[in-house]
Amino acid sequence: MLHLLQKPLAAAQPSRRTFLKASAGAIGGLVLAMNLPRSAASAAEGEFIQPFVHIRPDNTVVVLSKHLDKGQGTASGLATLVADELDAAHDQVTVEFAPSDPQVYANSLFGVQGTGGSTAMANSFMQYRQAGAAAKAMIVAAAAKAWGVPVGEITVSKGVVSHGSGDSATLGALAGLAAAEEVPAEPVLKTPDQWVYIGKSFPRLDVKNKSAGAPNTYTMDFQRDGLLVATVARAPRFGGKVKSFDAGEAMKVPGVVRVLQIPNGVAVVAESTWPAIRGRSLLEIEWDDSAAETRSSDAMIAELKEMTVSPPVKVREDGDVAAALEASAKVIEADYDFPLLAHGAMEPLDIAMMFDGETAEFWFGSQIQTIDHNVAAAVLGIPFQNVKINTLWAGGSFGRRAQADAHPVAEIATLGKAMQAAGMAPAPVKIVWTREDDMTGGYYRPMSAHRIRVGLDAAGNVTAFQYNIAAKSIVKGTAFEAVLMKDGVDHSMTEGAHDTSYAFPLMNMDLAYQETQVPVLWWRSVGHTHTAYVMETMIDRLAKEAGKDPVAYRLELIRDDPRKAHVLRLAAEKAGWDQPLPDGRYRGVAVHKSFGSYVAEVAEISFRDDGTVKVEKVTAAVDCGTPVNPDNIVAQVEGGIGYGLGAVLRNQVTLVDGVVEETNFDTYEPLRMSDMPEVEVHIVASNEPPTGIGEPGTPPIGPAVANAIASAKGEWITSLPLSKAGLV
Amino acid sequence: MSITLSINGEKRALDADPDSPLLWALRDELKLTGTKFGCGIASCGACTVHLDGMPIRSCQTMVGDVEGAEITTIEGINGKAAQAVEAAWQELEVPQCGYCQSGQIMAAAALLADTPKPTDDDIDAAMDGNVCRCATYARIRKAIHLASDKMEA
Repeated sequence: MLHLLQKPLAAAQPSRRTFLKASAGAIGGLVLAMNLPRSAASAAEGEFIQPFVHIRPDNTVVVLSKHLDKGQGTASGLATLVADELDAAHDQVTVEFAPSDPQVYANSLFGVQGTGGSTAMANSFMQYRQAGAAAKAMIVAAAAKAWGVPVGEITVSKGVVSHGSGDSATLGALAGLAAAEEVPAEPVLKTPDQWVYIGKSFPRLDVKNKSAGAPNTYTMDFQRDGLLVATVARAPRFGGKVKSFDAGEAMKVPGVVRVLQIPNGVAVVAESTWPAIRGRSLLEIEWDDSAAETRSSDAMIAELKEMTVSPPVKVREDGDVAAALEASAKVIEADYDFPLLAHGAMEPLDIAMMFDGETAEFWFGSQIQTIDHNVAAAVLGIPFQNVKINTLWAGGSFGRRAQADAHPVAEIATLGKAMQAAGMAPAPVKIVWTREDDMTGGYYRPMSAHRIRVGLDAAGNVTAFQYNIAAKSIVKGTAFEAVLMKDGVDHSMTEGAHDTSYAFPLMNMDLAYQETQVPVLWWRSVGHTHTAYVMETMIDRLAKEAGKDPVAYRLELIRDDPRKAHVLRLAAEKAGWDQPLPDGRYRGVAVHKSFGSYVAEVAEISFRDDGTVKVEKVTAAVDCGTPVNPDNIVAQVEGGIGYGLGAVLRNQVTLVDGVVEETNFDTYEPLRMSDMPEVEVHIVASNEPPTGIGEPGTPPIGPAVANAIASAKGEWITSLPLSKAGLV
Repeated sequence: MSITLSINGEKRALDADPDSPLLWALRDELKLTGTKFGCGIASCGACTVHLDGMPIRSCQTMVGDVEGAEITTIEGINGKAAQAVEAAWQELEVPQCGYCQSGQIMAAAALLADTPKPTDDDIDAAMDGNVCRCATYARIRKAIHLASDKMEA
């Protein structure tokens, strides 16, 4: 996938375009083979230091997470793997984020250090178990020598190393000795029946701090002596530039230190956050919108709909669908559209940096460390090794912190250079995005239009399926293009549709790319956010056309996809699909595979007196391979359903003359407590390799709810959010 | 100008504009960063603190308006309800990203101090102002009921 830059980029000008080009150009065939843990020479006395696990003399086992934890539980998941193979006790394990080093900490599915695509567990499952097993083998070898007994007679359980003769020691007591042992090339892993935490329980390591408002957790909380806080006035229209500005009133705010123009806009640098926010509100800026997007979202949706009539890019070509449609007894037509969506993580974007002219240190929720690191070095014009990135816990991301252009890094780096050029003494600085900045700042889930034409024979069987889609590509024109575009196709737009396992006799899929200055980005489950809705509502329609039960109809068409069929049957059974519902209740079902995992959801709804829909209950079944931490899988599916439901019910980002209308949670109303359905999650037992769980709970909820609405009203909603149809 | 606030049982003097939000005085001046900035318009509840025991949004509460009142933040919360809530939160592993959870806990503790056996409707009414983008709502609801049980035990 993302074989990105290992080496620092040459110093580049601080413009986004320049380093995007440089990034794309530097992508080669670099594939970083992942090594087993290697001995490190820098261990302190009595300390065991390996890339993924440190054991301290105080008996603390520190697991280094190469992945960002933005709520999905990855850090604790990786710790589970190490603790199990090492036989550490839960209460002696802590987790820290690994430094930025693509040679050691690359995501083996990306080739660079980064988190995304629900790959964290999939790419780490063997690596972190091996790290734990290697550490245990070294501990045991050291104990055997110290006690003069055979290795095979030593056991480790819950952090205690023992021998039948009565010798016993903690992991911490043996750490120093173990550090001198040779790292085993092929450590013996446990068999699944020997697991003590995997598939059972390993409570999350972050819940205590997060339930106590602990300091130094998030970037927003970052503190340093002499810390400056900056806000940036960015162009109200995407692609706009500063023409001129007057900082006179802003400078009068007590605590405002400096107002500086940077490529992205005008930065107000202050002694603390409130003066930075107040000062910015008093700036007078004239913007140059000559190159900006000035259309309204309605016009852009209309353009997308036109583009779906005859899209130029062939994604899937089974044969002559046009002829088959012509020959069909009946053709079902459906046209869908989906809005821009903001991620709306609870922690708005933020980033802190200390730049002294030669070296730079960053603190933030870095999601793709290797890109962030390279962009930092390039923009600051310093060597790669002079940049240090400290990854902090992130208050959500949902895709927002994984940018191809590392724009928050680039922005603060340009601010650091501007501060230097203005003669300011080097000082740590933090850029805080307000909710309004975060909401109106772009990098949205792209808006899209879908045009479906399905041919049926006289018996209602599908003869041919034509799927056309138009949207702005997330990867085209970015550093991701070289590795994620294949034959001119951005498959992140068509995933979940072109690769469907529904066995249609003939299916073609065509694609068109919209051009706009509105920056777009992955949003929890990416293309599946719209393709699952289209596929699963269409399947429901087709089942009705065929006069068949929606579950039975799906099972016929996925007969060659047993794992998908299994979750569908399980969800249907647990939801009582065959049982009658009380009056006023309606059900809908959807099943979808994403990021290697299969999720089926049955939504049960009712209607309030005012006609709005209330989702009462969702019954989910999930097959994500070997379940590492079952409770976290349940949590991610619960959360994935809630995240998707909020968007489907009432979220959209709209533009009027290029300006975003929804600026905060009052107009982009998130799902709230009273909207949350009861959720029941059933996990399929499996010995398959673990696959994604952060995202796969999200795609089925929209179509499951839409299908439930259709079972009540007979019509499927084809334009989201549901609030547009008066249902919210 | 110098203002004295009573925070978590201590008198704290700070140099702040009386028309500035309590949120930023807590976070930037007093370094009490457990209280979070989420929206700035009292729409998300991440900044919830207690003012004489009542849950309020510190982003829309001005420093000059709370002199003389007793302010409690997540760092200083205690008492039966608060302890039960924090224990239940950990037991049910409520937090995901965790950023909203200080505010959720402050709202839940205030609810339970006032209504020790809340119904689901009580929970909806008390907690609807606290947004969780990870949608941990199902666990928050369970944790409030569990905390209620713990208070009884």
